[in-house]
Amino acid sequence: MAEPGTSFGQRLTLALWDSFLAGLIAFALFSLVLGLRTEDNVTGLTLQPRPLLLAVAVGIVFFGRLLLDLFVWQAEHPLTDPFARLFTRDGFDRRDVTVLGGTAVLAVLGIILATALGAPAYALIAVAVLAFIALGLLRRAIVHLFPDLPYARIFVTAGILFALFFPLTTYALESAFHLGMPLRYWFDLSILVLTYVMLGWGLNIVVGLAGLLDLGYVAFYAVGAYTFALLATHFGLGFWICLPIAGLAAAAWGIILGFPVLRLRGDYLAIVTLAFGEIIRIVLLNWTEVTNGPNGISSIPKPTFFGLPFSPFANSTTFAQFFGLKYDPLHGIIFLYYVILALALLTNLVTLRMRRLPIGRAWEAMREDEIACRSLGINTTITKLTAFATGALFGGLAGGFFATRQGFISPESFTFIESAIILAIVVLGGMGSQLGVAIAAVVLVGGFEALRHTDGLQSFFGAGFDPALYRMLLFGIAMVGIMVWRPRGLISSRAPTITLGDAQAIPAKLVEEGRA
Amino acid sequence: MSSWGEDPVLKVEHLTMHFGGLVAIDDVSFDVGRHDITALIGPNGAGKTTVFNCITGFYKPTEGTMELRQPDGPTFRLERLDDHQINATARVARTFQNIRLFSGMTVLENLMVAQHTGLSRASGLTIGAILGLGSFARAETAAVELARHWLERVGLVARADTPAGDLPYGDQRRLEIARAMCTRPLLLCLDEPAAGLNARESEGLNELLYSIRAQEKIAIFLIEHDMSVVMAISDHIIVLDYGKKIADGTPQEIRDDPSVIAAYLGVPDEELPEAVSEVRP
Repeated sequence: MAEPGTSFGQRLTLALWDSFLAGLIAFALFSLVLGLRTEDNVTGLTLQPRPLLLAVAVGIVFFGRLLLDLFVWQAEHPLTDPFARLFTRDGFDRRDVTVLGGTAVLAVLGIILATALGAPAYALIAVAVLAFIALGLLRRAIVHLFPDLPYARIFVTAGILFALFFPLTTYALESAFHLGMPLRYWFDLSILVLTYVMLGWGLNIVVGLAGLLDLGYVAFYAVGAYTFALLATHFGLGFWICLPIAGLAAAAWGIILGFPVLRLRGDYLAIVTLAFGEIIRIVLLNWTEVTNGPNGISSIPKPTFFGLPFSPFANSTTFAQFFGLKYDPLHGIIFLYYVILALALLTNLVTLRMRRLPIGRAWEAMREDEIACRSLGINTTITKLTAFATGALFGGLAGGFFATRQGFISPESFTFIESAIILAIVVLGGMGSQLGVAIAAVVLVGGFEALRHTDGLQSFFGAGFDPALYRMLLFGIAMVGIMVWRPRGLISSRAPTITLGDAQAIPAKLVEEGRA
Repeated sequence: MSSWGEDPVLKVEHLTMHFGGLVAIDDVSFDVGRHDITALIGPNGAGKTTVFNCITGFYKPTEGTMELRQPDGPTFRLERLDDHQINATARVARTFQNIRLFSGMTVLENLMVAQHTGLSRASGLTIGAILGLGSFARAETAAVELARHWLERVGLVARADTPAGDLPYGDQRRLEIARAMCTRPLLLCLDEPAAGLNARESEGLNELLYSIRAQEKIAIFLIEHDMSVVMAISDHIIVLDYGKKIADGTPQEIRDDPSVIAAYLGVPDEELPEAVSEVRP
């Protein structure tokens, strides 16, 4: 915001200079990345200059920065304030009404114009702007009418109810009315999202509660998956026996990893866990006699409904026959959905319960101050090992589930990028916050998937545009955005585990981050 | 024989600590009486905090023994215990010179963490408590009561649900003492408890220490710089200089000891008589 008393001329000069510098930096960065392109000709590789593209990119940076400078950063009344105020309980002044109303009118005009000119994609942007304003007004209206409702609790309950009834309801609707909903795709995507929610919650124990930065979490996922696959294919053990064994095997590896890293903190711990993740993957890749190397393990049996298989025909009674239903491959998928939902909720319940137990408080105390912990008689060795083992247990369970769902596993599924995504879910969601981690998992995993099906973007960027290719770029932008605006994650305050009076959330600035 | 030698809670003998070539503590022996307030004083760099860190297990001494004698029970050799065992089994609690609270946890949670050993035993390896064992619920209620008791003693009961990091400095000092007391120690070691307190807070601290000694009947062992605090509350003072014990006695004896005055004034031995006569009219 501008200092009071600066004239418009001074502000413009400042803004121009600032934008010029930003443009210069953009030019330096983009000149090689966008400005030149290597083309494969008959004569070999040639450099193809692309001055127009470069000029457009630098121009966007320059004018964008100039507009932001003039109307937001250096403006007396930043243009973004009314939009921010839309999502608070503060009253509007005349300015806010003018800005919001003006934006709405412009958006309506934009819709009419875009439709008239036959560019529906641009109309979509205007619709999105209108929807944003409408959403803000709706939120204000609700908060104004019912100021004291426990909104967080309602949101969580609604989310859990939705997760519980979504597959059965949609399946019932689809079988009754044949609406043509892509149920198979929806269920598969939900199972994937729930797997990451569970992994996020599992890692949250290690990183969020105990403050141990673990970059190799995927190793436990892999141990669980391979344990399950080997037991199921070699010994013919059932799903409900293999799954807990997979979890326990991963927990055992959690303890084995825990021992050598007990003395390490922060970056050093991160590097060793990173290496551990790679070691597991490389062993799986090269120990061909047991793991079948890069070819992986295939035909892992699907889970059965308490002994009733989900298959069109089998030696014994199938699920469909037993209940007198017509065979539908969706039955098995809905069952898988409920299995992973139950596993994820189990992870959540156990974590929430453990937070209120001595062990959970010891984890959090260790994150806050390890030396003080030891002075209070807490054995930090055991505390760290239990954190690693508990986190690994849930990673292993998720891995076992992954193996049976895919029916095929290979070391390729357990690369470092998986660890990075799970860690990103925890960090973006807010370390230690169960709700934040769940939201981050839905947004990141679901969002990546949604990119594959965003057809509207092709009308902006041309027919060959594949948004899925840009997911790592968007991922990075999301990371940078969160780190700038919410450096402690989406939900960063901490709820106390026990109170004498009323609970009050603890602001993030007081809570330590994963470093020990 | 002095009163603290009759029934010491802590008996330190020939304690020596080397850091490479540096001798931080050189053959120091002393007793801490079971019901006394004992002060460890000395100029900067005398090795006071090093002695503390040896007793509380953060350093392993190069030589020497430290015996902790429980009233009618076993004797523990502190130099052989791990740091967490020194609190959990030998029942020695400590505070820190630069306060080490769990700032992101509430005041009450800080006191609950301090009762980890007992609660964790009651939780039946956690699994019992996850399944909802009754004994854990009872133990937790008792732990909250003990925490509430100490919050009342230090006057923080109204702030029980405040994050510890939000408390003012003086309250943080008292909370750290309350947290140490929640571990039910026999020996409470305080590393400069009055540092940074104003006169009124310092007075309150003295009263708290008196009441702990009177009601809990435990030994308090403290490092302090503020001579008025030390002289007022201590029963027994040990003076260190350059890692060596130079005096050991009641406040009156220490006040009159020329070598202590010399150590604090920094006078070479041959000029000592003049320096003492200047100080004491």
